[in-house]
Amino acid sequence: MTNDETKKAVLDIIADIAPDEDLSNLKSDVKLRDQVQLDSMDFLDIVMELRKRHGIEVPEAEYGRLASLDSCAEYLTPKFNALEAKR
Amino acid sequence: MKSTRIVITGIGLTAPNGNSLEEFRRNLLGGVSGVQTIDVRYMGRHPAGVCSFDPLRHQKKKELRVGTRAGSISIYCAREAMADSRMDFSQSSTDRVGIFIGCTEHGNVETENEVYAISKFGYDTKFWSHYHNPRTVANNPAGEVSLNLGITGPAYTIGAACAAGNLGIIHATQMLRLGEVDFAICGGVSESIHTFGIFAGFKSQGALAAHADPTQASRPFDKDRNGIVVSEGGCLYTLERLEDALKRNAKIYGEIAGYCVNSDASDYVLPNPTRQAECVRRAVAHAQIEPKDVDIVNTHATSTPQGDIQECEAIRAVFGEGCPTTAINNTKSFIGHTMGAAGALELAGNLPAFSDSIVHPTINVQNLDPLCDIAGLVLNTPKRVAKVDTILNNSFGMLGINSTLIVRKYVA
Repeated sequence: MTNDETKKAVLDIIADIAPDEDLSNLKSDVKLRDQVQLDSMDFLDIVMELRKRHGIEVPEAEYGRLASLDSCAEYLTPKFNALEAKR
Repeated sequence: MKSTRIVITGIGLTAPNGNSLEEFRRNLLGGVSGVQTIDVRYMGRHPAGVCSFDPLRHQKKKELRVGTRAGSISIYCAREAMADSRMDFSQSSTDRVGIFIGCTEHGNVETENEVYAISKFGYDTKFWSHYHNPRTVANNPAGEVSLNLGITGPAYTIGAACAAGNLGIIHATQMLRLGEVDFAICGGVSESIHTFGIFAGFKSQGALAAHADPTQASRPFDKDRNGIVVSEGGCLYTLERLEDALKRNAKIYGEIAGYCVNSDASDYVLPNPTRQAECVRRAVAHAQIEPKDVDIVNTHATSTPQGDIQECEAIRAVFGEGCPTTAINNTKSFIGHTMGAAGALELAGNLPAFSDSIVHPTINVQNLDPLCDIAGLVLNTPKRVAKVDTILNNSFGMLGINSTLIVRKYVA
């Protein structure tokens, strides 16, 4: 999985949990919560959907790694690829 | 000394056959049922009353994703009632506005959905939603209204089985009279068609309606009735002290005249006509009128074989003699049993009679059960009467809770 594919997977989740938001111009190096109205419960939704849709676990201590699309890609792409390798 | 006269100044509703008072009333006078057939999880197809209001009229998509159906129904009704009342809180504090919403139950829908969702993940509870608790707390519907409208006064639900719609209005009346709030949004709601448990429970009890034509499934007083049609719906009123309503030149739909709430203390599910009659009599006394002064009795009758007979027994005991002009009807024959919304919705369907003097009928009575043959029943077609000044609304519920609410035409 590429970093761009990871970002798309995260954006697909955000589109579902923040359906009123325009996500077309998100900057990937800026914090998501500075660009989209996401509260702490929404953030837990991202974690839950990564678990449900992709089987990826994000420990609470590492929630900060999901701050921006770039950091999501950096943190999640190896996880996606590790899961892929196991299949 | 503040006035103790409490009046209705706004109505917002959604029923299976109407999303405004005007549409609802038109369909009640036109004989239009709102019952259809739906898929119930694990149970196949059953008749049910489904509301068709547009939730996005007053909520964002995200609110719908996070909130509950009961919350959504409540917000729609509250917003419509507020608009109807023409009360504007945009420039003033809302800390003395109360939100009091009756519910038969709350949380079954959301819990069933979560159990179903984790069944897809081997019942692993790490997939259980973090929204479960805010969705299932008993105050959820009222809390969602508070969030949506930004109202900071007391907001809570009143659990009173199927008497809850009346209880919301009665509690608001009391809070206004006590001076605890200056304005109230009150009534009842139900999301019950989204829980299979309610259907399955009635089915196991032998009290779930079945009919080839869903529009004929709810048939109180008919010999062939066979049970309850479960429905969703909501109706919220704005209530104020008369002096406050007059001060702002508000439209007045009617005045709360009297009420009573009592308990059977005799059975979990079987009604008790002695206690029901006592409830009606005490409400009539509270309104300082006689039974003969009541122009419309809107019955609770849910179309169960036993319950309808017992309510008729209670009504016969109170109105059987000396009440030649009292008309008796039933709204569930059109919309099924809207559970926590029933008392509030069924009252609303009758309030326009204060101005048009027409009693909406009980439909689907093709073969009147002799045991339900009480004087004054309005069957199948509307009846024009000389005048309607007083409406009495019965709503009863499981565990033996009875409520009677009397509303009179407003006279200065």
